[in-house]
Amino acid sequence: MSRTTLDLWVGVFVAMGIAALLFLALKVGSISGSEIQSPYTLRAHFDNIGGLKVRAPVKSAGVLVGRVTEIRYDNERYQAEVVFSVDGRYTFPTDTFANILTSGLLGEQYLGLDPGGEEENLKPGALIKKTQSAVVLEKLISQFMFNKAAEGDAEPAK
Amino acid sequence: MGNLFRRLGSLAINGVWQLGFIARFFWLILRYSGQSFTRLHLTMRELYFSGVMSLLIILVSGLFVGLVLGLQGYEILQRYGSSEAMGTMVALSLLRELGPVVAGLLFASRAGSAVTAEIGLMKVTEQLKAMDMMAVSPIARVVAPRFWGGVVSMPILTALFSMMGIFGGWLIGVVFIGVDDGAFWSQMQAAVDFRYDVVNGVIKSCVFGVAVALIAVFEGYDCVPTAEGVSRAITRTVVSSALAILALDFVMTSFMFRGL
Repeated sequence: MSRTTLDLWVGVFVAMGIAALLFLALKVGSISGSEIQSPYTLRAHFDNIGGLKVRAPVKSAGVLVGRVTEIRYDNERYQAEVVFSVDGRYTFPTDTFANILTSGLLGEQYLGLDPGGEEENLKPGALIKKTQSAVVLEKLISQFMFNKAAEGDAEPAK
Repeated sequence: MGNLFRRLGSLAINGVWQLGFIARFFWLILRYSGQSFTRLHLTMRELYFSGVMSLLIILVSGLFVGLVLGLQGYEILQRYGSSEAMGTMVALSLLRELGPVVAGLLFASRAGSAVTAEIGLMKVTEQLKAMDMMAVSPIARVVAPRFWGGVVSMPILTALFSMMGIFGGWLIGVVFIGVDDGAFWSQMQAAVDFRYDVVNGVIKSCVFGVAVALIAVFEGYDCVPTAEGVSRAITRTVVSSALAILALDFVMTSFMFRGL
């Protein structure tokens, strides 16, 4: 085989490889939309983080705006401290509410941000004061059961 | 009893000796690579033989793996009413594990064995010695181009394999079964992370490429120069490549994906 045809085939081969990689990057994974640009970090304390994990999504109004980067235990407050990075394009007012929510009934847990009405915005590294912990299903069920049991006891006494 | 320990000892010493020999051989290849790249068409030729000629088997196997994954995935997912998630399943299993591993195994048996046979036969017919006599380094002239040909083609073949597999899954899911096209792609895009899934798969395939190419050229260069020796060397190439790929895959998976 002559050298030019060989070079041609190798060139086609390499071009196919690059095209396949681009396909995997752009069509299969979405490199464009979901990547977080020039992120800044925020912090929040929670009584209970439930099943929240590092790399869990941070969403506001259902749109992905960041990711959880670190979860640690604060031994002075006996609370969990969640550190997360937020896309630099988005800013949130200082009275933003941070909730730990679940997508669907059995889905993964994520951090939801509900913006408040303050004029001033959260600065990088700031602490979100208003938080709501994860809903633990067992606690909810046991509360419900105790309530029912209490009602059951109360009725015969009437 | 003493005999048993003696055999264990000789096994261990041989293993270490072999490992040292491979490491020195690897170093030699890297040292002579610059010299062999001055005649780039040698590497191009090897890229053609191990890369372009493996295209058919890689593309066809990738398609069939994707088709099977699509059918099996649908079979399980439709029980839970989430057949749209099959795009996610096909893409993630191909990108993370099946793409690099299966492409690596196919590459070892298609191209690795051919490289071993070629170098082994050159040794049998004393071509390598003749080169040495003419002051042409056989490492730079024969071994390094074949090594780099394998290293470069492996990630490309893996990317093509994964792409064909996803196409196969799409064919079964969307065209034959009738899963919604938009849901198929959007769920896949939501679940597949470029850095976490695609890049880790590419890293895996590069490591497998180095392992397979190194084993193939080493076994060829190291073989006993007889007809039987060459055939044994080819067998060893395929067996040790497969074991190396699977073991390295486990090690890398445990580092890359631990469900953080």
